[in-house]
Amino acid sequence: MIETIGIWLAAFFTLSIFSFLYKDNPFYKIAEHLYVGISAAFWLIYVWSFTVYPLLVKPMIEKGLWGSNAVLWIPLIFSIMMLFRLVPRYGWISRWPMAFTVGLGAGLGLTGAIQGILFPQMRATVLDLWVKNNPLVTINNWLLIIGVITTIFYFFFSQEHKGAFGKVARVGIAFIMISFGASFGFTVMARVSILIGRVGFLLGDWLHLIK
Amino acid sequence: MNTIGKILSNINRQVIYLLVFLVVATPMILGIKAKVTITEPVKKAYDFIDSLPPGSFILIGIDYGPSTFPEMNPMLYAILRHAFSKNLKVGILALQNAVNIPIGAQVLRQVAKEYHKKYGIDYVNLGYKPGWDAVIVSIGREIRDVFPEDAFGTPLDSLPITRNIHSYDDIALVIDLASGGTWASWIQFAQARFGVPVIIGVTAVMGPESYPYLQSGQIKGLIAGLKGAAEYETLIHHPYMGVRGMPAQSGVHLLIILLILLGNLGYILQKKRKEV
Repeated sequence: MIETIGIWLAAFFTLSIFSFLYKDNPFYKIAEHLYVGISAAFWLIYVWSFTVYPLLVKPMIEKGLWGSNAVLWIPLIFSIMMLFRLVPRYGWISRWPMAFTVGLGAGLGLTGAIQGILFPQMRATVLDLWVKNNPLVTINNWLLIIGVITTIFYFFFSQEHKGAFGKVARVGIAFIMISFGASFGFTVMARVSILIGRVGFLLGDWLHLIK
Repeated sequence: MNTIGKILSNINRQVIYLLVFLVVATPMILGIKAKVTITEPVKKAYDFIDSLPPGSFILIGIDYGPSTFPEMNPMLYAILRHAFSKNLKVGILALQNAVNIPIGAQVLRQVAKEYHKKYGIDYVNLGYKPGWDAVIVSIGREIRDVFPEDAFGTPLDSLPITRNIHSYDDIALVIDLASGGTWASWIQFAQARFGVPVIIGVTAVMGPESYPYLQSGQIKGLIAGLKGAAEYETLIHHPYMGVRGMPAQSGVHLLIILLILLGNLGYILQKKRKEV
């Protein structure tokens, strides 16, 4: 019974959102406002239930703030400091935990980017320019190397894109455009897939027209 | 000519939406099938999973939510069916969002039932942990530091499946099914730092940006979008939601190409008329 109600509700709201394709209307507005309201409430409960309570409050209640749990003082104090953002006069206090978060993110991001992206990707660009008995791989390798070099040339903004430099950069633009085209094609495919999912739900779970 | 040009350039958008809906719904209602060709990235993913010895533990990141559910869920179904048919042990976890876990758990329960697999022995749900970069790095040291218990509060040491799982050394493969940025972190930290093999399944939008990692050998395989899921379903000989969606997908792509051509034709005809 509950599942049936859920399916009918989901179908109603799916159609309400789809109705915007014709024109703005009260059904769409109801669905939109409900979505915004539920999302706000959801994220409030979510942060409490999945982050603050299990990672900070629960261990504090169970084992206190000493021994191996003493480390919890750090997030506890930082959380309180962060709340000072709500008091304009003492808002500067919130900069400390913010700086910690930014520093942590930058540190992790930097090491990850160098170790996991920059070096492996550079290594992957060092390719044979002549692969015996395999012209297709040879062409592919050439394309890859030319693509990487010319695209990097395009992103040199300290020099005007003129003459030979400009011509190389223009080849880079062509590669970038091809990449944008591929991304756009994939984006269309993704959006259509989501529509297929919704139509599949309406025709299958709701109307039972397909199995 | 000018009238035709005007009509072609000003097709009512509601007409286009209706056409798209009909092209999507008709093949589904009529049960039309389309041939699915297998591409190398998906074949590589399939081959790698297929090559794992029975009993190997694989970790699947459920990092997609309801908004990308139609694209990503078929991938999870196909991978789980393949994994259970090969008697692999499966663990799921979510790092992007806690709501992803119920989605993954529902599919896991359903497929486990199909293959008569038991919770705690053949599969486990580790639940959600925030701060994915730190979590991924911590698993490299000791999984219990971040997941001392499964999603239902059972200590990992009490479950046969996780008793001997401590770090990436005990994990044969990580598969991240992602609609956000978690897949890059699995590559940057789990693969680059700890050397664990990684396969990623991403939404079609994210497909192009993931290909360089396949070319560099940082990932063992790549499944992108509903098409990728359909390919995987074809490889395991279990057509499901991905294969079912392909005729509609191809139909809409053809319609879009046709509309682009008609729109351009209309524009050219009107331009010519103005020049005359």
